[in-house]
Amino acid sequence: MSTAVELRGVTKNFGHTAIIRGVDLAIPRGERHAIIGPNGAGKSTLFNLISGRYQVSHGEILLNGEVVTGLKPFQINRKGLSRSFQVTNIFQRMSVFENIRCAVLWSLGYKYSFWHRLGGLKDANLRAEAVMESIGLKRRRDTSAGVLSYAEQRALEIGVTIAGGAEVILLDEPTAGMSRSETADAVELIRKVSQDKTLIMVEHDMGVVFDLADRISVLVYGEVIASDKPENIRGNKAVQEAYLGTEAH
Amino acid sequence: MNKLKYRPLNLGRWLVWGGTALVMIVLPLIFTSGFTLTLMSQIGVGIIFALSYNMLLGQGGMLSFGHAVYSGLGAYFTVHALNLITDGAFYFPVTLTPLIGGVAGAVFGVIFGYVTTKKSGTTFAMISLGIAELVAACSLMFSDFFGGEAGVSTNRVIGKAFLGITYGPSIQVYYLIVGWALICMMAMFAWTQTPLGRMANAVRDNPERAEFVGYDTHMVRFLTLVLAGFFAGIAGGLSCINYEIVTAENVGAYASAGVLIATFIGGAGFFFGPIIGIIVFFTMVTAVGGITQAWLFYLGLLFLLIVLYAPGGFASLIMMHVPVIKARLMRRLWLPYAATLATGMILLTGLISVVEMTYRFSTEAGTNPNMTLFGFAFKVTEGVPWAIAAGLLVGGFIVSRFAWNAVGRAWGDIIHILQEREAAA
Repeated sequence: MSTAVELRGVTKNFGHTAIIRGVDLAIPRGERHAIIGPNGAGKSTLFNLISGRYQVSHGEILLNGEVVTGLKPFQINRKGLSRSFQVTNIFQRMSVFENIRCAVLWSLGYKYSFWHRLGGLKDANLRAEAVMESIGLKRRRDTSAGVLSYAEQRALEIGVTIAGGAEVILLDEPTAGMSRSETADAVELIRKVSQDKTLIMVEHDMGVVFDLADRISVLVYGEVIASDKPENIRGNKAVQEAYLGTEAH
Repeated sequence: MNKLKYRPLNLGRWLVWGGTALVMIVLPLIFTSGFTLTLMSQIGVGIIFALSYNMLLGQGGMLSFGHAVYSGLGAYFTVHALNLITDGAFYFPVTLTPLIGGVAGAVFGVIFGYVTTKKSGTTFAMISLGIAELVAACSLMFSDFFGGEAGVSTNRVIGKAFLGITYGPSIQVYYLIVGWALICMMAMFAWTQTPLGRMANAVRDNPERAEFVGYDTHMVRFLTLVLAGFFAGIAGGLSCINYEIVTAENVGAYASAGVLIATFIGGAGFFFGPIIGIIVFFTMVTAVGGITQAWLFYLGLLFLLIVLYAPGGFASLIMMHVPVIKARLMRRLWLPYAATLATGMILLTGLISVVEMTYRFSTEAGTNPNMTLFGFAFKVTEGVPWAIAAGLLVGGFIVSRFAWNAVGRAWGDIIHILQEREAAA
């Protein structure tokens, strides 16, 4: 099994403060991988490093065996990595359909075209309709994204993330702020859209983590203290002390 | 498979374009005076310029303080091209010379745009201002190209008439402008319906997310600016043909500020907004400017009112009525609107009186105190006219407040009804 994402000795300092302190992590292709850890452990920072939003201070990040450190977010995205955001980050003034269509255009090769008419792009429009169907927002097709309910916006966030057909998907707290039933729907949605893909997610809800993840990494103060199968993580003493002990009783 | 409802032929759209073309073609047959023809020619060129500006402001979220750089340089290249054609240096049909301006605008878009579009927001605005100053400074330094203070003159009548078209009479120039304006309007509208046009909106709304769906926001802004420069250059070329002279004013701050004000008044949020804006703007500049020295004051006041009370411009004021018309609720607005109009006229009369009298008083009180306003002749040094003007202003303000509140209540009711209907549906 080849490696989709690999981190080698990655560190990130903000000023003199080390947020990520030497992370080594290899995530094989096709795995659903969860990153957990207490607040302030650096989970979101790690995502921002992998997706190119921040630049690493030291170390390197590989995507499908290729070094991507130093690349811009759009360059990493074009290499097949797509991410969602903890705070919903969509095109608020556009309709649901337009949001998703924007997310499929590059991957279908339309790039900066000003000689194609959007209405005539069958492949882009069909793909956008299909993604809308899969995230359950078809009946909200022409509603502007800004007025959707919170759960709908979270679903759209995932829709925009997966629409381009990226092989590696990073989801940052996809179920944060959701009710129990909304969370259950979201888990099913994530399971469906991450089929045959590599999924890395940051999540606080242990139910979701143990339900979805093939493997879990525990990040504490910028270091991975354990990376293992869910059942082994549950039994890991260091993890219990650092994290689960306080939160999961 | 789902049935897609993308219509290649949109009847409504064809009607709008056809109607626009018809109006532009027929107008000079109705308004035959030289004054209106000049005004309409100005408006035609202005529409192209303002729509190109709105590719930046409205579609791309780039507030430019220097858009006249592209139209102005386009105008300069056109004027030199026309002079070279006159001298027989090369042959090129006059009808197509605005293209030379367009290409020049696009080339300078490439040169300046690469730097300006690196960032959006305040950074973009500041750099656009800097480049405008740079070009304005150059216009004084390189007088061979820019013609110094006198500018560069030309003659648009070149060679033999082709099918009677010489571009000697203004009406022929007007129709040349109409032709270019229609083509440019349709092209710029079409652009909003392309991947680049849509991604310009995406970059405007959320540049970060645009980067995470694979788009280089710098490149999107850059290409948008180059295309906007192209259309601005065409507008510059047409203005050169229209006036047969290009001066430093064409690249100057007034032209850049004018297009910003016009676009904002019309409304940057809708494609047709700048068209309304430019019509209002040139009517103020040319028509009101012909009547009173205070036209700039009125224009500034209008701009201020729009920024404060209708930041979406006239276009948004129009578009907010669409759901009301659909819901057949307009009848609730007619009476408050009529009252606002009537009381507003009183207020406006008072305002115009005070402004005009103040202007006269401050400039010619000693030499020429006699003035006529709304058909009444009086001396500006007397007290009574001032008392009446002040009375109209204050009284008009008070009664129009009542009417305005009634409008507010009517809108409150309508929004309430619409919400209830939506909840019921």
